[in-house]
Amino acid sequence: MSYREAIVAAQRDALRSDDRVFLMGEDIGLAGGPFKTTDGLQEEFGPSRVRDTPISEQAFVGAAMGMALTGYRPIVELMFSDFMGVCFDQIVNSIAKHRFMQGGTLELPLVIRAIGGGGVRFGAQHSQTGEGWLLPVPGLKVYSSASPNEAYNLLLAAVYDPNPVVVIEHKLLFSRKGPVERLAGEPPLVDGPKQLRVGKDITIVASLGMVERIEAASSELEQTGISAELFDLRAIRPFEPKLIVESVQKTKRLLVVEENHSLGGWGGELVAVVARQALNDLATPPERITLPDWPMPYSPALEDAAMPSVDAIVTRARVMVEGRRS
Amino acid sequence: MLLIRCFEDKVHEAFQKNLVFGTTHLCQGQEAVSAGALECLRDDDMLTYTYRGHGQVIARGMDPEDAFAEIFGRDSGCSRGLGGSMHLADLSLGLLGSFAIVGAGLPVAVGAAISAQLNERGQVAMTFFGDGSTNIGTFHESMNLAAVWKLPIVFICENNLYGEYSPILLTTPFEDLAKRAIAYDMPSDIVDGNDVVAVYEAVLRATDRARAGGGPTFVECKTYRQRGHSRSDPAKYRPDDELESWLKRDPIARCEAVLKTLDGFDASGIERIKLSVENLIDEAFESAASAPWPEVRDLSFAALRQD
Repeated sequence: MSYREAIVAAQRDALRSDDRVFLMGEDIGLAGGPFKTTDGLQEEFGPSRVRDTPISEQAFVGAAMGMALTGYRPIVELMFSDFMGVCFDQIVNSIAKHRFMQGGTLELPLVIRAIGGGGVRFGAQHSQTGEGWLLPVPGLKVYSSASPNEAYNLLLAAVYDPNPVVVIEHKLLFSRKGPVERLAGEPPLVDGPKQLRVGKDITIVASLGMVERIEAASSELEQTGISAELFDLRAIRPFEPKLIVESVQKTKRLLVVEENHSLGGWGGELVAVVARQALNDLATPPERITLPDWPMPYSPALEDAAMPSVDAIVTRARVMVEGRRS
Repeated sequence: MLLIRCFEDKVHEAFQKNLVFGTTHLCQGQEAVSAGALECLRDDDMLTYTYRGHGQVIARGMDPEDAFAEIFGRDSGCSRGLGGSMHLADLSLGLLGSFAIVGAGLPVAVGAAISAQLNERGQVAMTFFGDGSTNIGTFHESMNLAAVWKLPIVFICENNLYGEYSPILLTTPFEDLAKRAIAYDMPSDIVDGNDVVAVYEAVLRATDRARAGGGPTFVECKTYRQRGHSRSDPAKYRPDDELESWLKRDPIARCEAVLKTLDGFDASGIERIKLSVENLIDEAFESAASAPWPEVRDLSFAALRQD
């Protein structure tokens, strides 16, 4: 199943199994979604449950909160993660704080699907992941889907979570294929980072679109005799670094690869946790590969150079393990 | 209306006694809007409102002691001291939320109206906001969405002539905000917001329309904030005599005058009502003021449900 099909399948299964599930967003109904991530859903469930909205993120993201407070489980699609900027007040001031401000009793089961990431020549306002924007916001869960299996299971877990969840999807991954584990009955659990590969020389952590790059890099590293242990962070919030710290204690090296700017990316917190809990285990300082500190350029030549590349990951890992530049 | 007035006067008094922290926004003078409009709601209807929302909360039936305790930051407050004056709410009363960001409550009420439309139980959503909100984006997006989906919602604009400290014509091209509804092809009404019966009648037309599937209505209630924007505002920017002329149109005094012309009401009966309301508020105040503080503890459970 492709990543795109997994997103559709999760929503279809949720709509089929629970009458409270409701979808809205821009062009998600008649058109099946600008990225076809709701393809066929309006045909199956009708225009009342799968609704095309005006281009009004503040209204429909705020409305999702109102629905969640009154018995429904809305899923809204943000065509681009960048558009979180348009409805940031709804996400950060209303949705994230409402349960807290009402004494911590109510439930707010809503999902915001945000399609993010660069590498597709969409320029500075349509290429951000948005992960870093949500990093310092208590009251939200934030998941990043890196594979078809995660796209399906993180989204279904989000639908059945009593808390508001932002699920970030990466548009570079839509055609990525892979197996999807579909559990019958119980909604899937999200329990921290997912170990993708066992290794002994270096721990490499990524999220979202960077996961397939660390996977590709690890294959190359293997040919040079370096065994990398890989993690997909999966949940930006709640942030659960325990497995990664244990891995670093074993491999003695940490490399973080993320499609965010260095300042404000989750890798900064991960390095801080490792420094606090595993400093004496480290053979080399932790390293991060991030976006450069400027907005995403349009030109393919410049955008490709800005995105963390497989080559850059391989090179950095080799320096960390071999102690010299290759 | 008396209950709201007494409550707000008491909050003001509490502020002077250092029982209220930060800031608070009072609604003396605007009681007829809350009292008249909420009379049109059923128990299962839903509303959102603003940081100047004590009136709606009291009119909807929150125990004044729970409201005082929240404003005083006590553990027995409606939100256990986590919300404060600007965030009084109770889901079980349909009080979905009190929003401290101008305009933020409107789309949430729109969402409640989508729920009402889907569940077909004849519920309506109502959202209260001030004149200042009609200049912010969420207002326009919410009006548009409600109109295009014919949602069962009533937009209640409390036009009290001031957006925070600024008079309306300094920030808005006209005073009759019902004109805004024309752009969304939405029925609207302008009513004397200091006449509780007029408010009730206009809002009832709107809730009837919403329940019958006729979609949203915008009701502009012309009223006046007898005090400043918040506790630190002496409201010196108001023209001479403006307050005085509006005090002559005080909603409670006007209602009293009407009641006295009806059979079964006399001055002593009204005095008895006043006294019982004052006693009720005094007792609620005393209990809340002596209620215990919240225990300092890990509050992560309140940010997210953890299981």
